[in-house]
Amino acid sequence: MSWADIIANAWDAIRTHKLRSALTSLGILIGIAAVVLTVGLGQGAQQQVSKQLSALGGNLLIISPGSSTTGGVRGGFGSASTLTMADATALSSKTAAPDVSGVAPIVQGNNESLVNGATNWTTTVVGTTSQWASVRGRTVASGRFLTAADETNAAAVTVLAPDTASQLFGPIDPVGQSVTINNIPFQVVGVLTSAGSDSTTNLDDQAIVPISTAAQRIVGGTNRTSVQSIYVKAASPGQLSAAYQEATTILQYRHSLTAATTTDFSITTQQSVISTTSSVDTTLTSLLIGVAALSLLVGGIGVMNIMLVSVRERTREIGLRKALGGTPSMIRRQFLSEASILGLTGGMLGVGLGVGAALTLPHLISNPVAISVPWILIAIAVAAVIGIGFGVYPAARAAQLSPIEALRSE
Amino acid sequence: MIQLDDVRKVYQTGEIAVEALRGVSLTIDEGEYVAIMGPSGSGKSTLMHILGCLDVPTSGEYQLAGEDVSAMDEIELAEVRNRRIGFVFQQFNLLPSLSAQRNVEVPLSYGGVPRELRRQRARAALDRVGLGDRVQHRPGELSGGQQQRVAVARALVTDPALVLADEPTGNLDSVATEDVLRLFAELHDQGRTVVLITHEMEVAERAARVILIRDGAVATPEVAS
Repeated sequence: MSWADIIANAWDAIRTHKLRSALTSLGILIGIAAVVLTVGLGQGAQQQVSKQLSALGGNLLIISPGSSTTGGVRGGFGSASTLTMADATALSSKTAAPDVSGVAPIVQGNNESLVNGATNWTTTVVGTTSQWASVRGRTVASGRFLTAADETNAAAVTVLAPDTASQLFGPIDPVGQSVTINNIPFQVVGVLTSAGSDSTTNLDDQAIVPISTAAQRIVGGTNRTSVQSIYVKAASPGQLSAAYQEATTILQYRHSLTAATTTDFSITTQQSVISTTSSVDTTLTSLLIGVAALSLLVGGIGVMNIMLVSVRERTREIGLRKALGGTPSMIRRQFLSEASILGLTGGMLGVGLGVGAALTLPHLISNPVAISVPWILIAIAVAAVIGIGFGVYPAARAAQLSPIEALRSE
Repeated sequence: MIQLDDVRKVYQTGEIAVEALRGVSLTIDEGEYVAIMGPSGSGKSTLMHILGCLDVPTSGEYQLAGEDVSAMDEIELAEVRNRRIGFVFQQFNLLPSLSAQRNVEVPLSYGGVPRELRRQRARAALDRVGLGDRVQHRPGELSGGQQQRVAVARALVTDPALVLADEPTGNLDSVATEDVLRLFAELHDQGRTVVLITHEMEVAERAARVILIRDGAVATPEVAS
C-alpha cells in the first residue's frame, strides 16, 4: 500500500468525523498560536530594546578624565581636568582613528537656571559640538541643531530637549524665542525629538549649547579648554573594540603615558547595559515559551485521547482492514498519518492565527511583535512531531488488534 | 486446492484448555461449492477462521493453493488473505464513509494495485454483481441485499482462490437471501471455489457438498449430497 493511499485513508477518516477532528486540532492550534505569539512578543521586545540602545549609543564609548589628588585626597574618576578640546580633535582624525565615526566633547552644567519671562526651570546645560546629535543618535523635531559656525562664534544659541521646551514654553513653538541661561539671553534655534531616558538621566530634559559658549559664559572655570567627557561613536557595533583601542592609543600618546597603569582617563561602554536588558528579555521569553509548551503538551494529550477513542470505536473497521490484507504496519501507518494530519493541520492554522495576531496586536498595544520565519517552521515541525509522538501509542494498539476479536466486536 | 490434515485448535483461557477443533481433515477441490454446517459451539467459526487465514492451527497442517499456511507469521498471513481469499461477512462490513467503488478497491489498495487499474477492476466487479449503476452510492444508500452484493464484489475483485462466506444471508430477508445465493451459484458455475458457512439447512442445500461439523470434528466426512 502506497503512502498516497495511506494518507488518503487517513484523510477519509478525519473527514468522516469533522467536528471531532476540528476540536482535536484546536488544542494544537491554540498551543502553536501561543508559541508563535509569545516568541514574536519576546523577539519584538528584544529588537526594540536593542534598536533603542543602539540609537542611544550602542556603539558609544564614553571617555572620562582620570582622578586628581588634592592634599592627599584622591578625587575619583572625572575629578581631574585631563581631557581637552585638542584631545577631541585628535580623536576625530580619520587616519589615527578610522573606526571612529563621530566625536562629541562635553562641558556640562548640572543645575543651571533657565528663564522665559515669568517661567523658570532648572536643568542640565550641555555644551558640545555639532556632532553630538549624530553621536547620541538624536534628531531635531523643529528648527535646527547646532552648527560649526555656532561653535566658532561662541553663539548664544540653544537647542532644547522636548520636556525642557514644554516646561518653559508650554504649547508655544519655542524656535526663534528667547530664553536666559544664568541671566545670559540665548536664542532657541531647535527642539530635539523625544528619546526617553537611559538608566540614570532623563534624556528629554536638557538644553544644548555650543561648547565654546558653555566654556566661556556658563560653566567657566580656570582652564577653559578642558572638557568633562568625550563621547566617541564607533562606525558600527562591530568596530567598537577597534575604536576603543584607537582612542586609548591616541590619548596615551597625547598625554605622554607609557604604561596602562598610569592612565589619566577611563573609557566605558554601554555593552553592559545591553547585555543586562537582553538577559531579562530572554528570561521572560523562556517563561512564556514554557507556558506555550505546556499548552502544546495538553493539545498533544488531546490528540492521543481522541486517537484512542477512535481506535476503540473503529475496532471493526480495523478488523476488516486486516482481514482484507492490511498488515500491522499498514494499519499503524494509517493511524499515525491521521494523528499527524490532525497535528499538522492544527499547527498550520495555529501559525496562521499567531501571525494574524502578531500583525494585529501592535495596533492595539504598544508592544512590537516580530514574525520569525525559523520559529514558524519550528512550530509547524513541532506540531507534526506532537501528532506523530502522541499517535504512536494509539496506532500501536490498532496494529496489535487481533482481526478475529476486532471483527467480532460491536 | 484446500487440504486440512488433522487440524487442531486449542484455546487457553486461564487454567482451562478448550479444544475447539479436535483433528479436522478435509479436502476441497478447485471449483467446488461447499457449505460447512454446524450448530453454534460446534467449532465451525474456528474452522472458518483457520480456513480464512485469520488464525493458525495449534497443530496439523493447512495447505491453501499449494502453500503451507499453518506456520506463517502475521505479515505473511495478511498477504495470503489479500491474494488468496475473498471474505463475505454476515454484517457486510462495508466502510460507511466510502462509496461502493472505493469499498471494493480496499483489498486492491492493500495489494499495491495502481489507482487507475484499481478503479477499473472495482467497476468490473460491481458490474459482475449487477451494481454497475450504483458505484458512487455509499452503503447507507443501498439496501441490505445490495450491500451484501457490494461485499461479494469486494471478495471477487482480487480474483482469489477461495471465496469464504460466513453466514452471508444471516442479516437478509428472503428475497435478498435468494438474490445473494443465486450470485454464489453463478460464481460456482463460473468455476470459482466457494465455501459457505451457515447454520441454515435451506442455505446449505444450495451447495454442491455439505460438510457437517459437530464437537470440533467433521461429522459427515466427505459425503456428497
